[in-house]
Amino acid sequence: MKNPNLSTARAFYELFSSMRFAISLLSILGIASIIGTVLKQNEPYNNYVAQFGKFWFDMFEMLGLYDVYHTAWFLALLAFLVASTGLCIYRNTPIMLHELKTFREHATEKSLRAFNHQNEYAFDGSADDALKRLTAFLAARDFRYRPVAQADGATLLAAKAGSYQRLGYIFTHVAIVVICIGGLMDGNVPLKIEELLGYKAVETRDILATEVPPQSRLSPANLSFRGNMTLAEGTTGNVAFVRIRDGYLVQELPFTVTLKQFRIEHYATGQPKSFESDVEIRDPELKEPLKATISVNHPLTYKGIAIYQSDFQDGGSRLEFNIWPLRGAAHEPGKMQSNVFKDFTLGEGDDALKIELDDFRMFNILNLSADGKGKSHNVGPSVTFKVRDTQGQAREYLNYMQPLTLDGRAYFVSGMRAAQNEDFKYLRIPADGENSLGDYMRLRGVLLDPAMAPVLAKRMSGRMLEGQNANPEMIAKFESSMTHLLEAFARDGYTEVANLLEKSVPEAERDKAAEAYFKIINSAAFEGLAMSREQAGLPALEPDARAQRFVADALNSMSDLSFYGTPFYLELNGFEQRQASGFQLTRSPGKNLVYGGSVLLVLGIFAMIYLRERRIWLLIKPESQRVLFAMSSNRKNRDFENEYARYDAQLQALFKG
Amino acid sequence: MESILTNDVSQSSFFKRLTWGDWLFALALLAGAMFAYSRYADFMDVYEKGFLFSAVAVFSWLGWFFKPMRLLIVGIALLSLFGINQYQSELARANQAFFLKYLFSSQSAIMWMNVLFVLATVAYWLALLARSEFAGKVATALTWSAVLMGFVGLMVRWYESYLIAPDVGHIPISNLYEVFVLFCLITALIYLYYEGFYKTRQLGAFVMLVVSAAVIFILWYTFGREANGIQPLVPALQSYWMKIHVPANFIGYGSFSLAAMVGVAWLCAERGIFASRLPKPEVLDDFMYKSVAVGFAFFTIATILGAMWAAEAWGGYWSWDSKEVWALIVWLNYAAWLHLRLVKGLRGAILAWWAIIGLLVTSFAFIGVNMFLSGLHSYGGL
Repeated sequence: MKNPNLSTARAFYELFSSMRFAISLLSILGIASIIGTVLKQNEPYNNYVAQFGKFWFDMFEMLGLYDVYHTAWFLALLAFLVASTGLCIYRNTPIMLHELKTFREHATEKSLRAFNHQNEYAFDGSADDALKRLTAFLAARDFRYRPVAQADGATLLAAKAGSYQRLGYIFTHVAIVVICIGGLMDGNVPLKIEELLGYKAVETRDILATEVPPQSRLSPANLSFRGNMTLAEGTTGNVAFVRIRDGYLVQELPFTVTLKQFRIEHYATGQPKSFESDVEIRDPELKEPLKATISVNHPLTYKGIAIYQSDFQDGGSRLEFNIWPLRGAAHEPGKMQSNVFKDFTLGEGDDALKIELDDFRMFNILNLSADGKGKSHNVGPSVTFKVRDTQGQAREYLNYMQPLTLDGRAYFVSGMRAAQNEDFKYLRIPADGENSLGDYMRLRGVLLDPAMAPVLAKRMSGRMLEGQNANPEMIAKFESSMTHLLEAFARDGYTEVANLLEKSVPEAERDKAAEAYFKIINSAAFEGLAMSREQAGLPALEPDARAQRFVADALNSMSDLSFYGTPFYLELNGFEQRQASGFQLTRSPGKNLVYGGSVLLVLGIFAMIYLRERRIWLLIKPESQRVLFAMSSNRKNRDFENEYARYDAQLQALFKG
Repeated sequence: MESILTNDVSQSSFFKRLTWGDWLFALALLAGAMFAYSRYADFMDVYEKGFLFSAVAVFSWLGWFFKPMRLLIVGIALLSLFGINQYQSELARANQAFFLKYLFSSQSAIMWMNVLFVLATVAYWLALLARSEFAGKVATALTWSAVLMGFVGLMVRWYESYLIAPDVGHIPISNLYEVFVLFCLITALIYLYYEGFYKTRQLGAFVMLVVSAAVIFILWYTFGREANGIQPLVPALQSYWMKIHVPANFIGYGSFSLAAMVGVAWLCAERGIFASRLPKPEVLDDFMYKSVAVGFAFFTIATILGAMWAAEAWGGYWSWDSKEVWALIVWLNYAAWLHLRLVKGLRGAILAWWAIIGLLVTSFAFIGVNMFLSGLHSYGGL
């Protein structure tokens, strides 16, 4: 009776080394790989929850779809591929090597006659002469041959060419195994095993590297890793962070890295040209620190660890602000200094607002043309910050330091968004004649202060009713409705004015009234601007087109202030930049295997495709003075057919002549 | 009779068959490289110097292997030098000098390439439908002219990039516009080689459809997106690797496209469409196999070169970036194709369909990844 275990093992062996299994694996691997390109990998887990909802998030997490290429099942697929290819090599290599060596000189006349490609020719003269001519014929065509004397006195020339095609098979398949082994070495397979056994655990808390417990630390002896390190200028680091799923491990390094300086160079058009970090490596084994510059495409390798320029960010630049109030009569800015990644507080009690400085950018390449077809250029520095209230609600702001030119006019621009996934909404404040916020803020102090409405109304009535002999009653009425209107605008800009209009004017007359209101508010704003400049001791403005546009823009901007959401405008007016450079550190011992395998793969593919194994048998029969020609190839294709036809014709010619 | 013994025209030593014209061609290439070296060696790193002289070997071999290439290369050299000379070191002359404005500025030359490719497609169809040998010859000539103008366009563009600013200068295979031009040229050239090899012009009608589709993309990219300008290189692309990684990739893409279109022809013939006009199925089958084989070899090289470049630029030879993964998928697809044919001995409809689906997968890897997925290969958004 057959041993059932043996037959099961045999069946597995047959399955694993079968062609069908290999092709199925290739297809499954291809399809599985798609997942990771469609689903963004290694994002913060919160993003996934927001995207898929709790149910699907858990489902996908279980399948490991957020880091699909490092899941056990994906690695198992790869391992199957290696196993299948390995078995295939094990099974076929002896056959291939045999084919490579053998001349198949045991062919008989009978077997040759069964070939699809065979012909027979008569020759004159001696068999020796025919043999000589045929060996020359074969040699000229790069065939190696072996003459074999037959029992009946005939001679068989067994010849072959292109046998190294068989090496192509061995090379390509060995290459796949070698590349996969190299890749698995550099993948986190050893780490995965340690994690499964409980020796290592991913750290998910946001704590200092020095506080991370040993079970989340990797020793400098770790053979293979890929981690990140961010250093601010002037700081030193001796660990890298290896990101895994929703956490990280701390990789200790056998040396320290100090960032001396980080530089970005720009093309004339403003696009970045190079990112470079000047670093110093310190190591007890080094007498002097190793100084080097790392840039994109030019990594530094020390002690088998390659350090790459990967990204950059702010390293805590010192920023100076003018804090302009956006509510009430005050119109002088306060001063504030802080650093990126630090917070400060404005206001008191329940109104206290925490300002969290997130980022400073020295260069901003923007395309400001209306149709987007103009050239992009550098518009100067910007600052990103969050304003958080006592409830913990935050809005994010993006302020440009210098006024941006939009439609030919200069504006201070500030973007605001209430949530990270929204687009910024922009507040555009017109810059005044000195390219500053002064006029705007003074005007705002007058127009948005309800207490100023009667004062302004009085000045307006004085100017507009002057010389018209208006009676006091009329003047009072004018001033009262004027005050109403200005108060409405002070409350919520044009929105409130529209409300007022709806309440107090019959529908038929609204369009006309709106136009009148608009004109009045504009004139009042002019008046307010003049008044505020008088108070500030500044000369009066010419009421030219430029001033008109300024006032109109200012009114629009004030009307938008309600959405802006914070009672301050932070004008960046000074900075001292400090940058931080992001490095990627890798140690990949599998790299040489992968590269070696790659060379083997290319050699193998060319051998398989461009070498054609062909065999020729020429049986010289002295008795009948005939030569039997047979030809075969392991690949029947057009090239082979053509070659056979050519040789057939040449041999016919050879023996006829 | 003795000649039959000692030599077989198709098999005798490659070098023995070279004519004095072949050697003169190689010598001219070497002279050109030495001239370039004497003038610009200071601006090249050791790899680029290696590439310069390897290019002499590669293009000599290409000229020897595929004779019309010699004339093409000489033509490209002469016209490009003429175009460059017309600039007199002033970029503004692109719109002033007559020859630049209408013929040899990169934009004009590439526009000529577009027009000639479309005309060639029409001529190939005319040849196929009307069984006109003359139209076929015209189509071949138009294709060669298109290839000539396209390469002149790229060469002049290379020079123009240095005129913008010395630090902007780079080989014009760095963005989607430029690689589409490269795709058209390489696909057409590989086709032209096989046209001579199989002595058939009928397949041009099919293959040129892909090239024309690429031309339509170039036109849309030029006029719809105005994305045809020369942009400076982002730091990650400033590497000698680009000079070998990108062309190798496009030999792969070009060959795969060719295989797919021959697959279409095979399927048409099977259904009796153009059956009497197209070459025999065995020829089509062989054509398809050879294209896939060339494509697979070069795509493998390109992917390996890409991995080596990634190891230098991104810190790892394999990061499971979308482009890398799709390259792997393309590779697996054609690996399966070759297994089916070489090991299983499969022929016919399945392979033809597989090659066509392969082109869809390849196109996604080429453009789709940039359009729909995020990743590190961000050289050409749409």
